Amino acid sequence: MITVTGARKSYGDFTALDDVSLEIPAGTLTALLGPSGSGKSTLLRAIAGLEGLDGGRVVIGGRDVTGVPPQKRGIGFVFQHYAAFKHMTVRDNVAFGLTIRKRPKAEIARKVDDLLEIVGLDGFQHRYPAQLSGGQRQRMALARALAVDPEVLLLDEPFGALDAKVRADLRQWLRRLHDEVHVTTVLVTHDQEEALDVADRIAVLNKGRIEQVGDPVALYDRPANDFVMSFLGSVARLGGQLVRPHDIALHRTRERALQLDARVGGSPGVIEAVVERVVRLGFEVRVDLRADTGERFAAQLTRAEADALALQAGDTVFAHTVQAVNPAEAEPALAI
Amino acid sequence: MTTTTPARLGLRTVALGYLVLLVAVPIALILWRSFEPGVGAFVESVRTPAALAALNLSLLIVAIVVPLNVVFGVGTALALVRGRFPGKGLLQAVVDLPFAVSPIVVGVALILLWGSGGWFGGVEGLGLQVIFGLPGMVIATLFVTLPFVVREVEPVLHEIGTEQEQAASTLGASSWQTFWRITLPAIRWGLTYGVVLTIARALGEFGAVIMVSSGFPGVSQTLTLLVHSRYIDDHNAYGAYAAATLLMGLAVATLLGMTLLDRKRSTR
Repeated sequence: MITVTGARKSYGDFTALDDVSLEIPAGTLTALLGPSGSGKSTLLRAIAGLEGLDGGRVVIGGRDVTGVPPQKRGIGFVFQHYAAFKHMTVRDNVAFGLTIRKRPKAEIARKVDDLLEIVGLDGFQHRYPAQLSGGQRQRMALARALAVDPEVLLLDEPFGALDAKVRADLRQWLRRLHDEVHVTTVLVTHDQEEALDVADRIAVLNKGRIEQVGDPVALYDRPANDFVMSFLGSVARLGGQLVRPHDIALHRTRERALQLDARVGGSPGVIEAVVERVVRLGFEVRVDLRADTGERFAAQLTRAEADALALQAGDTVFAHTVQAVNPAEAEPALAI
Repeated sequence: MTTTTPARLGLRTVALGYLVLLVAVPIALILWRSFEPGVGAFVESVRTPAALAALNLSLLIVAIVVPLNVVFGVGTALALVRGRFPGKGLLQAVVDLPFAVSPIVVGVALILLWGSGGWFGGVEGLGLQVIFGLPGMVIATLFVTLPFVVREVEPVLHEIGTEQEQAASTLGASSWQTFWRITLPAIRWGLTYGVVLTIARALGEFGAVIMVSSGFPGVSQTLTLLVHSRYIDDHNAYGAYAAATLLMGLAVATLLGMTLLDRKRSTR
């Protein structure tokens, strides 16, 4: 378990962390999600001891490590750009932490081989990092971090430098690895899809503060505010209110729309809009609309719904929400 | 840009001719003159006690200067790249000073500082002969070779950044272990170039050394001073050619060593 209390950090005029408190339960995979400059990397580096705090405390596994250097924190850290030791073979890279700890040679060899098998780099022992692909290098870096049996594993945008396909594969793989190894893991990312995909819990950061902490479903369905809502998943602005595009229903007549809308409280009402474009995205259909107020928004329908309406550009439709998501009235955030 | 074949050939000829005239011809001439009377005469000329003493002295100076330059050069480069302190810009300029200042000026300045009557002239009274002694020649050579290691290591340090070192620290390595296992191997090629340049320059330094050396044959003559005194004082032109060839041989051997290392590096 990691507990951060009242963490504060400034770089000159820029406030990276503004009184951040966060609890990360043991054994979970928690994502720190936020735009660049939100303080998520600073928070991770402060947990690692790579960054000193101006104020606040960091406790890992019940031990206050606030003033402890990174060497003695019992952490494993994975960098966005791998930080591979270029002059060492894959085996020596992974063995580094154990060599420093002067473990017996046989033990090191066994452990390194085991780890390389786990990360799928068996047979690459004698290669140099320059002879590996980006994804392989990052898996090597992960094996290296795991070799020292860290109490917590900290990943700083680990897949940020990889292309989309490799990134998607690696995060599935990370999730499976976490289910096997169970080490408390903190992952920094700016990619909401990545966070929703791998994490048990997500902490959303913005401008050095934590906006909301919770499991992915809670954050998506009951965002604490507009920022969290628009950062996790796509949104449309309908009658001045933020809604999910898939929560918008379209009808041919105002009467029908009014009839169905009346069942939901707190909605922005029925909006008359003109269809600008209909885009078929596989199973889903995105309808780009312009409201009579001039506001543009998009609705997301299933193919069956779209076919039933037989929408064409230029048609007039009546939109309403099927599920009111009003951040102000949502359940209080799980933030601590 | 496209150039016609005659223009391209013309350009190449001019460039090549320039190189041949300015570098190849003088070197070839010295080699030819050295070996004209036969290899035996050459060997005899570079095996006189004065020549052997000069060779030893030159190598001794290199042996003292190189380690000092490595330690302080790497330290300075680390401070310049990683450090944040007032006066860093000034330090940058000071490191380049030996490139700009004529070696003979260095010699004069050292006499002013260390000579009898200088600020540190008192050390002579303690029995330490700096000017007209080995320490003076070492200090003069240190001065002129100071920038090489710093300037070769600095860009490499910039390039490698600090992530590898941070990774090492999260894996439990102390600062000292990180330096030996991560930083030093990462900068080793820059450092090697710096050392090679230092060796070549230390062997070839003349202007600064002649000012602070007593110049006694067999005692305080380096190879460059030997070439000079054989030619000017002894009117022994052949001896000067032979000593110059020996000096050149050492420099070529150094460069050759570097080329071999370079090849080894690119094949890995």
